[in-house]
Amino acid sequence: MSDALIDAIKTTATEQIAAIKAGTLDARELFEAYRSRAAADTTNAFTYVAPEAPAELPGRDTPLAGLPVAIKDLFCTEGVPSQAGSRLLEGYLPPYTATSVQKLLDAGSTSHGKTNQDEFAMGSSNENSAFGPTLNPWDPTRVPGGSSGGSAAAVAAGHAPWAMGTDTGGSIRQPAAFCGLVGLKPTYGSISRFGMIAFASSLDQAGPITRSVADAALMLSFMEGKDDRDMTSIGLREPIETPTRTDLTGLRIGVPEELSGEGIDPGVRASFEAALEEAKALGATVTQVHLPNAPHALSAYYVLAPAEASSNLSRFDGVRYGNRLEAEDGSLIGMYTRTRTENFGAEVKRRIMLGTYALSAGFYDASYGRAQRVRTKIVEDFAAAFAEVDVIATPTAPTVAYKLGEKSSDPLEMYLGDFCTVPMSLAGIPAISIPSGLSEGLPVGLQLAGPAFSENLILGVAHALEQKLGFDTAGAIR
Amino acid sequence: MIDAKQVLHVARLARLELAPEDVQPMADELSSILGHIEKMSSLDLDGVEPTTHVVPVEGVLRPDVAEPPLTREVALSQAPKHTETGFLVPSPQA
Repeated sequence: MSDALIDAIKTTATEQIAAIKAGTLDARELFEAYRSRAAADTTNAFTYVAPEAPAELPGRDTPLAGLPVAIKDLFCTEGVPSQAGSRLLEGYLPPYTATSVQKLLDAGSTSHGKTNQDEFAMGSSNENSAFGPTLNPWDPTRVPGGSSGGSAAAVAAGHAPWAMGTDTGGSIRQPAAFCGLVGLKPTYGSISRFGMIAFASSLDQAGPITRSVADAALMLSFMEGKDDRDMTSIGLREPIETPTRTDLTGLRIGVPEELSGEGIDPGVRASFEAALEEAKALGATVTQVHLPNAPHALSAYYVLAPAEASSNLSRFDGVRYGNRLEAEDGSLIGMYTRTRTENFGAEVKRRIMLGTYALSAGFYDASYGRAQRVRTKIVEDFAAAFAEVDVIATPTAPTVAYKLGEKSSDPLEMYLGDFCTVPMSLAGIPAISIPSGLSEGLPVGLQLAGPAFSENLILGVAHALEQKLGFDTAGAIR
Repeated sequence: MIDAKQVLHVARLARLELAPEDVQPMADELSSILGHIEKMSSLDLDGVEPTTHVVPVEGVLRPDVAEPPLTREVALSQAPKHTETGFLVPSPQA
């Protein structure tokens, strides 16, 4: 590969699109460069790589100018394997394309591959994929985070200019943090869920994983919008602007003690506090706020998400799609049971069990019903905090990327790692993770959250901090 | 908190089968997770309404206009077993 192409790959998606439009970068050469890099990927970030470029690429006059995007495996893409990281869906070729993917394609995007993920998005390390774990390009002995770990690894390694992920309790933000990238979970309902293989429908949101805040804004601007095929979709209330903010004068940043104190590793905390100092240098004020019910967010989440998952995953019964395994006794129930038992991985089964238990007769009120009420308390906590501050800042994850296998033996310990990201998911509010620096040579994520539909605000603040912090998101590109 | 008998009951509801040696470990893991979840019982939630959708929306019905559906051939194309007209499953009476 030529030095010029490598140099181009180290620039952001926004810059690559501008170069294609200006005629200094050839879209077909660039597609082939990404395709061949993805095919030679050693981090197991891809579950499918396109065998060749499309016969015809979208023109330079389209908004996205033919730039490829890597797509998380759970987005249905017509005629292209969409397996959600599961043995059960191995080889599944959907007859339609997810709305959010189609909107990017309509804007002139292309795709060179699908990315690895925790099975049905259940996991925080990408170790729960039926197709093997993805490795972190910053250190291949470590996890890339999850569940959108393949998307993050692909972008961090320069095997995709940007990628689509999904976030249910942190699955965009945490891998973005672990891989030194920008990850945005928008307001619930802003992007259609049609064609996303469902995990927990009241929480699932698609979003971008990118190398700059401007890239995240650009991708979001084409993904969002109301969709007749998703009755929970509403779209955003104002158009997404290109973030240009460099000054934070007058901005009130709130730091919730519940999500930034106990349980945060010292190196992560140091990076977080240094970032807050930079925000102050740009004119922001930083005050403490309280989210008193946030410590209960994980409890509510690990009832609501498995309960909704147990219902959503009942569709995988070996009848309409996926791998089927017949029972020895030839029975229908036996076919369902063997298909599910032998094709689902351990974590998926654990969550189906947990969710089925939570929804079973006699337990519903004490579990699901109670968790929905806790959710209301979390929503109220954020509303009270946003009466005092404009945005809330926390570390995205309590640690940097950990070693493969380090947490996979204890499911509860893995779940506890989501405590900074889950409250925003329960409240449905937008949150972005940007790299704040390095700790032990590994990226640390800073999370900024705002009220529902405040995407332009948090993108602007994130942009100002990104410029000030100067983190090199191309740091793992070889 | 959840014993082996309950685990087998839930597994049957979920159409999952557990090997005999996996039943007690599953009971232990679920109990550990439920033990953590149990902490929210300390909250006073009297009079708190449940949240089902964080951004309330109304009138989300689309215009009732028929659009061409997937063809039968396409809809059946991913089924493990099918006839020309439908999905093929073992007889429920088998």
